[in-house]
Amino acid sequence: MKKLLAHPGFRAVIALLLVWVLGSIFNADGTFFKWGTHRDTLRQMSTYGILACGMTVVIITAGIDLAVGSILALSSIIFTKLAIHLGLPAPVAVAAALGGGSACGFLSGYFISRYGMQPFIATLAMMVFARGVAKYVSQGQKVSTYVQQKDGSYAYVDPPAVMNFLNEGVFNNNLAVVTILFAVSALLTWILLSRLRWGRYLYAIGGNEEAARLSGVPVNAMKLLAYGFSGLLAGLAGLCQAAQEMQGDPEAGVGYELTAIAMVVIGGTSLMGGRGGVGLTIIGALTISYLEKVLSINAVGEANRLMLTGAIIVGAVLFQRSRRTA
Amino acid sequence: MLLQMHDIHKSFGPVEVLHGVSLELYAGETLVLAGENGAGKSTLMKILAGVHFPDSGNIKIDGKNVALRRPQDAEGFGVATIHQELSCIGAMSVTDNLFLGREVSSVGFLNRRQQRKEAEAMLRPFGLDIDVNKPVEAFPIAVRQLIEIAKATSRDARVIVMDEPTSALADPDVDKLMGIIGDMKSRGAGIIFISHKMSEIYRVADRIMVMRDGAHVATATAADMPAGLLIRNLVGRELTGQIPAPPPLEPDAPLTISAQQLSVRSATRAESWLVKDVSFDAKRGEILGFAGLQGSGCSQVFLALYGVLGRLASATITFGDLKHLPRSPEHAIASGMAYLPSDRKEEGLILGMPISSNVTLASMPRYSPGGWMRNGSERQAARRHIEALRIRATGPDQPVGSLSGGNQQKVLLARCLETAPKLLLLDEPTRGVDVGAKHEIYELIGRIRQQGTTILLITTEMPEMLGLADRICVMHRGEITAAISRESATQENILAAAMGKGTDH
Repeated sequence: MKKLLAHPGFRAVIALLLVWVLGSIFNADGTFFKWGTHRDTLRQMSTYGILACGMTVVIITAGIDLAVGSILALSSIIFTKLAIHLGLPAPVAVAAALGGGSACGFLSGYFISRYGMQPFIATLAMMVFARGVAKYVSQGQKVSTYVQQKDGSYAYVDPPAVMNFLNEGVFNNNLAVVTILFAVSALLTWILLSRLRWGRYLYAIGGNEEAARLSGVPVNAMKLLAYGFSGLLAGLAGLCQAAQEMQGDPEAGVGYELTAIAMVVIGGTSLMGGRGGVGLTIIGALTISYLEKVLSINAVGEANRLMLTGAIIVGAVLFQRSRRTA
Repeated sequence: MLLQMHDIHKSFGPVEVLHGVSLELYAGETLVLAGENGAGKSTLMKILAGVHFPDSGNIKIDGKNVALRRPQDAEGFGVATIHQELSCIGAMSVTDNLFLGREVSSVGFLNRRQQRKEAEAMLRPFGLDIDVNKPVEAFPIAVRQLIEIAKATSRDARVIVMDEPTSALADPDVDKLMGIIGDMKSRGAGIIFISHKMSEIYRVADRIMVMRDGAHVATATAADMPAGLLIRNLVGRELTGQIPAPPPLEPDAPLTISAQQLSVRSATRAESWLVKDVSFDAKRGEILGFAGLQGSGCSQVFLALYGVLGRLASATITFGDLKHLPRSPEHAIASGMAYLPSDRKEEGLILGMPISSNVTLASMPRYSPGGWMRNGSERQAARRHIEALRIRATGPDQPVGSLSGGNQQKVLLARCLETAPKLLLLDEPTRGVDVGAKHEIYELIGRIRQQGTTILLITTEMPEMLGLADRICVMHRGEITAAISRESATQENILAAAMGKGTDH
């Protein structure tokens, strides 16, 4: 029992259970007990959740990645430009979007590792820069299926099959495809952090960077990896976002990085680095998303919802800290 | 009598570091306070500066009992301290630093013009004709040190403590400092001067007080304590004999490492060398000691060999297939080196991680073939080390941060051994370790040596150096001033060479 109480995930789970209990009491005439509500919650959290997986890796190295929201927008623009406007095959469009996201992440990582830039600054710059690229490529316009034809007129075209696929459900539409992608991202992150040598190195860097360096850990390469991985997942999140909105939007993803960070922190991964994991992040993501859902099915206004969410984040972090001092 | 500190006791946690030390300082004299690293000089001076409060004992200034609970109290009684570490705020201007905490102001507004004029006047005796509006960090370290001295001496201080004030100064600046010390003495101030340099001690001292192991050893006028007696007083204690005598080296053992013209440039000061053209070699199974006082460059030699310093370091070496210094610690480990840093908490261990991960961190490729972790074999390795090194722990999963100092140090040693090194660099292998664990570490070092590993050793503990090392390179200000064999090494000749009185220098 004592061991269970000491486990880092325990308090995170308690917070989630509290939210579920709250939902069962204020169930909005049974809405909370319908599977559709849960399916929608899981679908809506998937984009953020994918970002939070990448963010977990970065935060474990004692870093931060503020650029993921902008990278998501850039990826959605690359994807829709290639798939809708240029009509390129789906694998090419997907690869380009993921490649663009990874490239942005690697670039942040390069400045952080090679020039010792603070992660906050380097990724802040990338946040602004990637947003600029997204607006440049899209010329500030949304990239939708309403496309200019050869004769100059505009008409709706059929969205590419890959977008429809990403926007669909599986198991009789009981689970969204994007939720599956979130699960796959979480699995990949878990393998990276817990099953690969690289993961050990990432924790070591976050725990004590100097000691890691003196133990022969390739610190610079590992930081490149962390930010590149975060960029890759931001690219994937961009695909999901584009498919769900059926368009690429250069203004998409503003503030998403903060939601992702909140999910990581509420799960109990320390911003100081060196401890935490993707399992905790999933719990944190569920907690935030279900809280939002419970509040919205009870028709709590947005103003109150934001105030409550802010209060809950502070409460959850205090809760986590009391564990460490206890 | 200007200052009297009587029977000062001070403990940090369970360890008493000052065992009833007394010090007297007269107006118009310079008292040199001498002692090896860790003798308690700095603690005593911090008590005088109001940084620490003594557990017992009393302090009199001008015959009156005073309580120095905060640095401001000490300042109020006319005690000024020039710390070993520079304490200027780099980004602030010279003027602002000089007036920090006692700004000249009227109705809350700074009187900048007046401050500037006074600042220039304060710096004039040092021959410093600089723009006092520039930030302090714009000036070289020597100038910064002089600014610091000017700041301390200008406040009508009666008792002035200088903790190695010349460590960053060139000879002309030292001359200026000596002149200023003379002025202050004639003004009736008393000066306590800490230095490790023989020539300087006898240049400045009226009286010399020697401390050792937190106790007072001797005080005499400079004339009554010539260099030989000073060194005997500094060293004092006898060897404890707790280090097992090593078997003799094989006479024809091959060289493991040979380094020629190893140099390390300073990262902050151009054209300045922390280590200059040092050459040495070590045989298979030999323990080569590096001895020196602070700033001698011994640690820099280790960092250079281990590939930490990058382009700041250069050397021609012969070690396995290596002809040059390794590019990185990774490269050094792959070439057969291991390094035990002196500061295990900051540079050694990852305290939040379990013993097993800490032990295998430097040998990860072996525990993750193809990149996939083998947690089972990792924990097995940790268990093996826990047993072999007698690490007192509940098991391989215990976080290292919850172990005692000695057991933490053993985990760090286990990490080094796990890489099966041909060359082991040990920087202070027994720092902060209790006597029992120390003995175990000595035995362990003996076993490693017998297996044919070559060890380079830095330690500030003389008995340890004399007991372990087959040969000792003594360094002073970045150069080797003596290479002494085990048979002819004594604490006296090592200390003499470390203070710059080398046999071949």
